[in-house]
Amino acid sequence: MLDTNIINISLVILLLPLFGFITVVFFGKRFSKLYLLEVAIIVAAFILSLYVGYTKLTTYLHQDLNFSFTWIDFGNVFGKGSMHIDLGIKLDNITVIMLFVVTLISMLVHIFSMAYMEGDKRFSRYYSYLGIFTFSMLGIVLTDNLLMMYIFWELVGLSSYLLIGFWYEKKSASDAGKKAFLTNRVGDIGMFIGILILFTNYKSFSFDYIFNQISNGVLPFGSEAWLTAAGILVFMGAVGKSAQFPLHIWLPDAMEGPTPVSALIHAATMVAAGVYLGLRIFVMLTADAMLVIAVIGAFTSFFAASIALTQNDIKKVLAYSTVSQLGYMVLSIGVGAYTFAFFHLVTHAFFKACLFLGSGSVIHSMHHEQDMRQMGGLKKKMPITYASFVISSLAISGIPLTSGFLSKDGILAGSLAFGHLTGHWLIPALGFLVALMTAFYMFRLVLMTFHGEPRNKEKYDHAKESPFVMVMPLIVLSLLSLFFWYTPNPVSPEAGWFAGSWVKTPHTVVPETSRFNFMKSDIMTEQDQTSEHNESGSIVEPEEEVVHSEMYMHAMHWAHYPAMILSLVLATLGILLAFVMYQWKKISPDKVTNTFNKLRLYNGSLNKWYVDEIYNSTFIGGTMVLSRFLSWFDKYIVDGIVNGTAAFTRVFSTISGYFDTYIVDGLVNGTAFFSGSIGLALRKLQTGKVQTYIVLVLFSVIILFYLIGPF
Amino acid sequence: MEVGLNHFLIVSTILFSFGLYGIVTRKNAIMVLMGVELILNAANINFVAFSSFGNFGINGQLYALFVIILAAAEAAIALAIVLNIYKTFSKVNIDEINNLKD
Repeated sequence: MLDTNIINISLVILLLPLFGFITVVFFGKRFSKLYLLEVAIIVAAFILSLYVGYTKLTTYLHQDLNFSFTWIDFGNVFGKGSMHIDLGIKLDNITVIMLFVVTLISMLVHIFSMAYMEGDKRFSRYYSYLGIFTFSMLGIVLTDNLLMMYIFWELVGLSSYLLIGFWYEKKSASDAGKKAFLTNRVGDIGMFIGILILFTNYKSFSFDYIFNQISNGVLPFGSEAWLTAAGILVFMGAVGKSAQFPLHIWLPDAMEGPTPVSALIHAATMVAAGVYLGLRIFVMLTADAMLVIAVIGAFTSFFAASIALTQNDIKKVLAYSTVSQLGYMVLSIGVGAYTFAFFHLVTHAFFKACLFLGSGSVIHSMHHEQDMRQMGGLKKKMPITYASFVISSLAISGIPLTSGFLSKDGILAGSLAFGHLTGHWLIPALGFLVALMTAFYMFRLVLMTFHGEPRNKEKYDHAKESPFVMVMPLIVLSLLSLFFWYTPNPVSPEAGWFAGSWVKTPHTVVPETSRFNFMKSDIMTEQDQTSEHNESGSIVEPEEEVVHSEMYMHAMHWAHYPAMILSLVLATLGILLAFVMYQWKKISPDKVTNTFNKLRLYNGSLNKWYVDEIYNSTFIGGTMVLSRFLSWFDKYIVDGIVNGTAAFTRVFSTISGYFDTYIVDGLVNGTAFFSGSIGLALRKLQTGKVQTYIVLVLFSVIILFYLIGPF
Repeated sequence: MEVGLNHFLIVSTILFSFGLYGIVTRKNAIMVLMGVELILNAANINFVAFSSFGNFGINGQLYALFVIILAAAEAAIALAIVLNIYKTFSKVNIDEINNLKD
């Protein structure tokens, strides 16, 4: 059976990095070359996932492969019916594509790190951490239920904590690790509550089962509001992991980790996990939930882009640009452009990994200098890095012939269609503004780093192109940022296989009344057919697209060319502006800075709009005050009670001791003393002389006579 | 004045008292034994007096005879004891013999 084979192979892919982790973490110290095993394992996993992806997308294109087993069987729980927890994996098209993306980027990062991390004293431990990270990420990708998703979600949190805080001797790195972990926890709590809402109602964690139930009209607690709440709460996990607005603060700090880790975590995997979760639960999102998600995404995207404009640390710019692009993906989920959210996830994974690894290459050759103001003119010294960097920058800016152009255009068209259909024009407006800003700050980065005169002559002289293992991943990734992998037509993503046939928007399952108007299906019969298929079990065959009515399709088509032209114009404008300011120096950046600073905009952006400071003074400060109060409470009230009880007990036992010593012992001793004295007194009588006894008898008889006698 | 019962009783009482006094005060064991004889004889006088003046027949006199026999036996045993005491302690002064105390 081919499909069983595929399932087994994907299980092998999942478990290989775990095996690598266990081997390297336990024996890495003894055998210093063991990291090569981890690299070999990830290469094997990549090849296997290539095979899985190929088979799935050719043989089983319209069919999902499922495998699950009962993990814990609670039997017949009293009052709840039979309960059991199933684990399993589900292979659909986005799973296998993600499998490919994750293993590819993980593999490239493994290879890149061979040179970048060379000589680090915890080299093999670094590889073992990469192993467990890849394992947990693959778990998220493969799972078919929310419980496993949550487990691997937390594992990703743990391994990202380990990787970000890898250089834990640096205070900032260990702080960043903690910050990432704790910030993620905030989102995870929401996700956990959301999962519990679903489990309470459906007694199952399985995506398919839950969606089936919803489409059969079984709603959580019988209300659509709860469905909205569950959707938003589960999505909160994605807000944490994908660094969306209120919880975005961990990602820029996470740049303290080694740069290849940044590429792995912040380009392809961990942050993509949030978007992936959003896509998994896409079908159960109600209109309200989607609107919330779209607003979060649009705002984050704009907010982060505005910060990226002014950052001087090369990795910080990339970090905020990641947050901004993730905002795009989330926005895309929110506006219902499912395909393009995933498309952008994939293309972004490649070009952002390329950018991060490219910055790693620059940082490596500049001897760990990250400040762009110390760079400049590296174009000649590092031609391959420069070329790949420019290609990825063009891709992220959305210039034609790149992959980024296709996916970004799709998202912008989707948001424009959404604005047109619902009247929420602010969302597409922000999206287009971000396109302009992205192009500007990316080329500001490119120009400051690679063009112009070297600003730090000494470091510049030492800089040289990185070794082959570092530039090879850059070449691969920049090639993957070109359009022809995804579609033969560089201006129309729908014409290609990726958006055209591999990734289809799934059928929404929420009740008609909680959908957007344009998502109401026009043909009821088709919907019935689909739900029948869902009931039939493991093999779900997607019907033709009925989720988006004709109206949405028309709107998308209507929006396609305006969005494309507008985004192209804005991107070109942004790039031009960057050239004007940083290449040709027609406008002095300082003057712009001063102009904007009249409204305190520049400093605000440079200081990340003071979000960290606000959190410091509110949440962290609040927590400190609370904990100080609790400590006071502990010290004086709780300890007081305890000590008071102790003191009372001591006084009581002292009294009891006195009582024992003087009253009880006194009684005992007194009795003894009394007997003793009587004995002593009576002893006098026992003279041993017969005559005394006789006298005593005599007197006794006389006394008896008087007492009982007749006288 | 005719001699009546009271006179006999008075004589016997005096005799008893002397005997008792002898028992209590004498230091010599032989003298104590003699006190005992006096008491026995005081009792005998009482028996005979009541026999003679009361309506009891000769029971009193018979008892008196018994007491005389008993006194003879008692004297023999007591003297044997005294001899043994003397053998053991080399003295017959009962003030100094207080082994019962121990």
